[in-house]
Amino acid sequence: MTGALGLAYWAETSIKLGVALIVIPTAALMLGYLFLLKMMAFMQSRLGPQDVGPYGTLQLIADAVKFLQKEDIHPAAADRRVFRAAPVVVLASSFLLFVVLPTGPDAVVENLDTGIFYAMAVSSLSVLGVLMAGWASANKYALLGGLRAAGQLIAYELPLILAVMGVVIQADSLNLQEIVRAQAEGEIFGFGLIGNPFILTQFIGFLIFMISAQAELTQTPFDMPVAETELVGGFHVEYTGFRFLLFFMAEVATAFAFSALATVMFLGGWWIPGFDFDAPVLNVLGPVVMLVKILVVAFIIFWIRFTYPRLREDQLQKFAWKVLIPLSLANIVVTGIFKVVL
Amino acid sequence: MSDLLRSYLTVAIFGAAAVLMAFTMFGVARVLRPQRPTPQKLIAYESGVDPVGSDWTQSQIRYYVFAVLFVLFDVEAVFIFPWATRLEVYALFGLVEMAIFIFILVLGLFYAWRKGVLRWV
Repeated sequence: MTGALGLAYWAETSIKLGVALIVIPTAALMLGYLFLLKMMAFMQSRLGPQDVGPYGTLQLIADAVKFLQKEDIHPAAADRRVFRAAPVVVLASSFLLFVVLPTGPDAVVENLDTGIFYAMAVSSLSVLGVLMAGWASANKYALLGGLRAAGQLIAYELPLILAVMGVVIQADSLNLQEIVRAQAEGEIFGFGLIGNPFILTQFIGFLIFMISAQAELTQTPFDMPVAETELVGGFHVEYTGFRFLLFFMAEVATAFAFSALATVMFLGGWWIPGFDFDAPVLNVLGPVVMLVKILVVAFIIFWIRFTYPRLREDQLQKFAWKVLIPLSLANIVVTGIFKVVL
Repeated sequence: MSDLLRSYLTVAIFGAAAVLMAFTMFGVARVLRPQRPTPQKLIAYESGVDPVGSDWTQSQIRYYVFAVLFVLFDVEAVFIFPWATRLEVYALFGLVEMAIFIFILVLGLFYAWRKGVLRWV
């Protein structure tokens, strides 16, 4: 039993695990530095971090070290065990998302056949962690924030899943590699040079996916659950030190993973026009292409975050149930008709 | 071990690694951080005043009906997934079947809409 590298399963999995343990925190740090610190600062006519490392690049590492030294406070009234477990659940949810993300013909941790289905399932685990945190804190702000988060995440979970369905219909597969292949080998009216990135045929699906992803990540304009001005942080108001940092890391890492999912499903993934789909060189070039596309998608997510004001809770629910869900159901039917008739 | 089970073994290993990573960091933090709890420090935060009422307050779960609707729709989504992967094989038959399915689904949504369930009260 050997894998892509010609090594035994255990050796190969250890290597992949090692790579993932480096890549995931790096990805979170990169997004955090580029967008949360620098881009937000520039958009608000500030300079952002300057002193730690060149252009302040090491600021987040300094912050992490600072968080490590902070006292770990459990409120006396809190449900200790659940309180401690909550950030770990959220972190594990975003960590598991990275298992299926393909970055090259063989450069993928595990090419699960259920690919996108698995990703949707795992990403919704974070709701559990958020609810656990909100409930276990024994704090009124945290409880309200946790309940709001649960209400919002379940409302936007559906459009997210249904938007994916259009891509699945077009690619005939749940497997993320097969979805990339379908885009690479697709044609636009007989013109096959750049393949057929599904953003062209599934543009409505892409829009629904991005809006729902924004809500799933609780980024502004969907940040009611963590609204600083009224809930002072929502579900993580009682968390200090490293447990707080885990929530923060998981949020940014999940933003990265969702950008990667959008890239794979709608922007053609790691494939480069002109190359064979299985060309080994794509194992090296693929991750680079993926990274560029991910940063573009993440830029859009954070751009919207820094630009728009917060939605009211009832507007938010109304938008999900009365606009996005009917629209995504219609999208499935129309995609199906095109698939069968054309 | 079959390939299928083996690929999910990888998933399990990654899950375990995430938990292990978190606990390693907690371990490192335990060495570095101070630990001086005082009763005041452990009071629940309520914008600086003493907490009012008991520790767990009652709160209206406004999204209860949404949650029920969500469970229904989520189960439907599970049915749509396998259909979506095999649409090419089922062709027109599959399309009509799913159109009926989604029509009933939408009917349910509109029923809930008309009944005023989709209001955040």
